[in-house]
Amino acid sequence: MYSVRLWSIRRARGWNLFYNGLEGLLVRAAPLLRAIGYSRLERPFAFVERHVKGLLFDCKMCGQCVLSSTGMSCPMNCPKNIRNGPCGGVRANGHCEVKPEMRCVWVEAFKGATHIKGGLDKIKVVQAPVDRRLEGRSSWLRVVREKTDPVVAEVKK
Amino acid sequence: MKFADEPTAGLPLPVLPGHSSGGRLERVLRAGGFAVTSELAPPDSANAEDVYQRARVFDGYVDAINATDGSGANCHMSSVAVCALLTRVGYAPIMQISCRDKNRIAIQGDILGGAAMGVCNMLALSGDGVQAGDHPQSKPVFDLDSLSLLEIARVMRDESRFQSGRKLTLAPKVFLGAAENPTVPPLEHRAFRLAKKIAAGAQFIQTQYVYDLERMAVFMRAVEDLGLLDKVFILMGVGPFKTAKGAEWMRNNVPGMHVPDALIKRLAGAADQALEGRNICIELMQQAREMKGISGVHVMAYRQEESVADMVDRSGVLQGRTPWYPTRDQTSERITQ
Repeated sequence: MYSVRLWSIRRARGWNLFYNGLEGLLVRAAPLLRAIGYSRLERPFAFVERHVKGLLFDCKMCGQCVLSSTGMSCPMNCPKNIRNGPCGGVRANGHCEVKPEMRCVWVEAFKGATHIKGGLDKIKVVQAPVDRRLEGRSSWLRVVREKTDPVVAEVKK
Repeated sequence: MKFADEPTAGLPLPVLPGHSSGGRLERVLRAGGFAVTSELAPPDSANAEDVYQRARVFDGYVDAINATDGSGANCHMSSVAVCALLTRVGYAPIMQISCRDKNRIAIQGDILGGAAMGVCNMLALSGDGVQAGDHPQSKPVFDLDSLSLLEIARVMRDESRFQSGRKLTLAPKVFLGAAENPTVPPLEHRAFRLAKKIAAGAQFIQTQYVYDLERMAVFMRAVEDLGLLDKVFILMGVGPFKTAKGAEWMRNNVPGMHVPDALIKRLAGAADQALEGRNICIELMQQAREMKGISGVHVMAYRQEESVADMVDRSGVLQGRTPWYPTRDQTSERITQ
């Protein structure tokens, strides 16, 4: 929801801390997750992410979440899907050129990044293009696997 | 500037050490010249002569011609095709690549094909949204954005491989450019974005129209503070307004246009508004030339392309230099004989 999305960005610092905590928790739980089986967890995790992140950030389930690098403003809400914004068409009032009623996702991203410790450094990293095969899949599980499974981490490189 | 190793028309120059391309634009910029580029409005026809006519109006006044890629999300002859025609007779096009209409498979194919045709300069753009153009019902692709496109092109050139990792047998020798808009929000972060584009692979920048030199100066100071001045060539975008009304319309309807009130007032008060519009454009070019860190101007004169040569001439920014055009050296030979 648009208004919740803006609210979440205003609280980017808190959400980022929460996210870091959640990531730590999931990484610690990796042996358990692995024992249950990642493929078995894929659907319930994706379900939770779709609804929780959907409510908070208007998540589009790209499957490769970069929220903590974009000031908790989801770049997939940019009508041009720009992962390294903002484009040159931002209106004088900071709104989107394509959707004039919406604030530019990237103007908001920079705002959110200023609230996060180290946020302005992270937002300067060039984001790789989206891997469309991951659409609809759980981003959290992917992160856990990348952090704990040497084979997956190697593939990512 | 005439190079000793000038090739047959249509062929790129040899790639000098430290250069990325065999292009004239890169040569001029790296030699410290103040470059002038302009934009060719691609025809809505299948006639090659239409392209040549539109290119000839720039003869002797521009170092490179941008071949736009469905700009404003309007359908025209493709930038690849315009480049094919232009390189046949030796022009130095800047092939614009927009992420709106093609995915990474098509774009990488175009980069190879463009380079094979002799295109030495490519400009990576995200592209206007489809709603802005004459086919709002079409599917926006946006598989990449301008930065990931730059990175892919740089890797193709420098590491000789596709994004997939598959090797190329010959890398495209291209000078890579990007756009930036120093005059719209978030103003305080625009220079950071430029740094990001440079990190991704941008070697030259053509800015959006700049009508507010104060904002441009603030931007350039930020660029300097980030230590980017010797990492990129910045060409400031300029263009003439025909009328004050037109300027106001563009300000309100063209995304990314920032036009100060004072400028519109000045236009409205002039007896001949079109002439005043060109005068303003000339002044902007001259001021750009004086501004530290600006290496050239990009003149966008949509539907007034025939005025570019005169404006560049009157501005004096070329300082007597005659950029190459297909018959330039034949003419001078005739004169010297």
